[in-house]
Amino acid sequence: MERGGREYALWSIGIAVVLIFALIPVLWLISISLKPPEAITDGRFIPSEVSFDNYKSLFEGGVEDSPFIKPLINSILIALTTTVISIVLASFAAYAIARLEFPGKRVILAGALAIAMFPPISTIGPLFDMWRALGIYDTYLGLIIPYLTFSLPLAIYALTAFFREIPWELEQAAQVDGATPFQAFRKVIVPLAAPGVFTAAILVFIFAWNDFLFAISLTSSDASRTVPAALAFFTGESSFTEPTGSIAAAAVVVTVPIIVFVLFFQRRIVSGLTAGAVKG
Amino acid sequence: MSEITLDGVTKVFADGFEAVKEMSLEVGDGEFMILVGPSGCGKSTALRMIAGLEDISSGELRIGDEVVNDRAPKDRDIAMVFQNYALYPHMTVRENMGFALKLAGVDRAEIDSKVEEAAKTLDLTQHLDRRPANLSGGQRQRVAMGRAIVRDPKAFLMDEPLSNLDAKLRVQMRTEVARLQSRLETTTVYVTHDQVEAMTLGDRVAVMRAGALQQVGTPAELYEQPVNLFVAGFIGSPAMNFMPAELSGGKVKLPIGEADAPEGVGGGRDGEVIAGLRPESFEDAEMVGDLRNERGVVFDAEIDLVESLGSDLYAYFHVESGAVESEQLAELVEERLEETGVPEVREGQEQIVARLDPASGIKRGERAELWADTSKLHLFDAESGERLAGGS
Repeated sequence: MERGGREYALWSIGIAVVLIFALIPVLWLISISLKPPEAITDGRFIPSEVSFDNYKSLFEGGVEDSPFIKPLINSILIALTTTVISIVLASFAAYAIARLEFPGKRVILAGALAIAMFPPISTIGPLFDMWRALGIYDTYLGLIIPYLTFSLPLAIYALTAFFREIPWELEQAAQVDGATPFQAFRKVIVPLAAPGVFTAAILVFIFAWNDFLFAISLTSSDASRTVPAALAFFTGESSFTEPTGSIAAAAVVVTVPIIVFVLFFQRRIVSGLTAGAVKG
Repeated sequence: MSEITLDGVTKVFADGFEAVKEMSLEVGDGEFMILVGPSGCGKSTALRMIAGLEDISSGELRIGDEVVNDRAPKDRDIAMVFQNYALYPHMTVRENMGFALKLAGVDRAEIDSKVEEAAKTLDLTQHLDRRPANLSGGQRQRVAMGRAIVRDPKAFLMDEPLSNLDAKLRVQMRTEVARLQSRLETTTVYVTHDQVEAMTLGDRVAVMRAGALQQVGTPAELYEQPVNLFVAGFIGSPAMNFMPAELSGGKVKLPIGEADAPEGVGGGRDGEVIAGLRPESFEDAEMVGDLRNERGVVFDAEIDLVESLGSDLYAYFHVESGAVESEQLAELVEERLEETGVPEVREGQEQIVARLDPASGIKRGERAELWADTSKLHLFDAESGERLAGGS
């Protein structure tokens, strides 16, 4: 009992330290975003006066004039499209890899791994030229394609692990019950793989949402510029003020969709969904 | 009509392993056929080929009058019960049982009534809206059965459906399966490694070894007329006792005495043979009365161990002899070693188990006079293990 109590205390302290370490920068960001421009450099952690001007300035002028609204819409659409396409393709690929023996299986897995390890920066130059030649520079498609390239390996690996966990007998039972292979996949395997699918979806979404490299290199206007890239183009209220406050406010706003997305899908990541399927 | 016919069916896996060799078997309409054999003998592979879950390398499989070799499982109209039940964990018991009907496009009301009827048969009515995770092992097993019976398929295929249950439940479910099958009169192929299950459930039993069918027959035929050493040793519990013997001039010389050779042994077969005698063919010499003068041999043995089960008394002893050597027996011994960890055969000695009258006063460590009914003697060829004669 004594020892259990001590262990508990040590764990609590450890967790608290990690939490503080991780959250202080976020709190600092929120603090800055709430300060008026002249108070930003006052060095106070808790703002002496709270102002929402920074947030207001983000959305001022509607879609046309605001430096933030159009990129936010771009970010949401591009990240969601990437997530949907990536998860659909990856679940087909992962299912085949987990269940079937086919020539080239190892090559596909090795290829996926190789792409995941490939430094994105080295693709930027060629992509820039190619996209301009193809006319998809500064379009949604121009960003979605590289995002798919780099998120698919991740999704395929995560999903393959999940599909392997599902007892094969379930699928055979479905086949004997009269299901076509696709019905077995859709009605039995996918519902069971749901936690894995949502996990992979979160990872892909975060990757696409946070990307800065492709967003800054392959866009040139608000037509397809996403938030991380748009932040770099923020200007202050006048040419003499730093846009620190509005950048901080924008940074706070862009984390909100991620939090919503994760919370929404996390409810579906119910562990032990396959419990009771098979004995043992 | 829904007979299942296997005609020279062979399965060769991609790595060249031949799991099922030229298997020919006819399962009659409404028959309860058991495939039994030690693990790795190909019985599950054979069943999975019937189900369509495993491709057939060569040979022909017919269900009813149609060749179904190349048909997908869903087009064979069969239901299967898996060893680990394979229930859909995200569906309730009701949905699990109705899944096949739903896929077949049966309307809701009919699905409901069929599922409820099956649930009533299997005593699952109050569990219909629960999920598999919340059911006990026995209940899950019944759901798996229910999923098969709601469909009224041409045939049931069962792959060791009771092996995950505890001993008591297994016996209970065994009778339930037997009752269900005889009531539904649906053709059933049932795979098990448990010879007790095989003997008690089946109309007929097919014994397999190393991918090859050894013998097909009623439980009584297998018990009384095993075609070779393997079947003789596999069927029956405790197993048949084997000892080396010498055949000459119509007489069999056994380590326990000399007896008349069973009828049907040709004179030309003189030489080394293997003799088999079931445990119940032995008796305490004091308990047999006049029978000992009529037939059989009486001999002395030192009793190593006595197990009293109340209704029976098992006495273990050994006879000195050159060990019985046979490839078929070696496999059985190995199997038993895996199960019990005790080698049945010691060098130069044969362990014999005798099933005696519980009233017998035989004690461990003492010498006792035993009687063996040699009219029940089975003789097998020492080389091939094939049956020569004997039994009844």
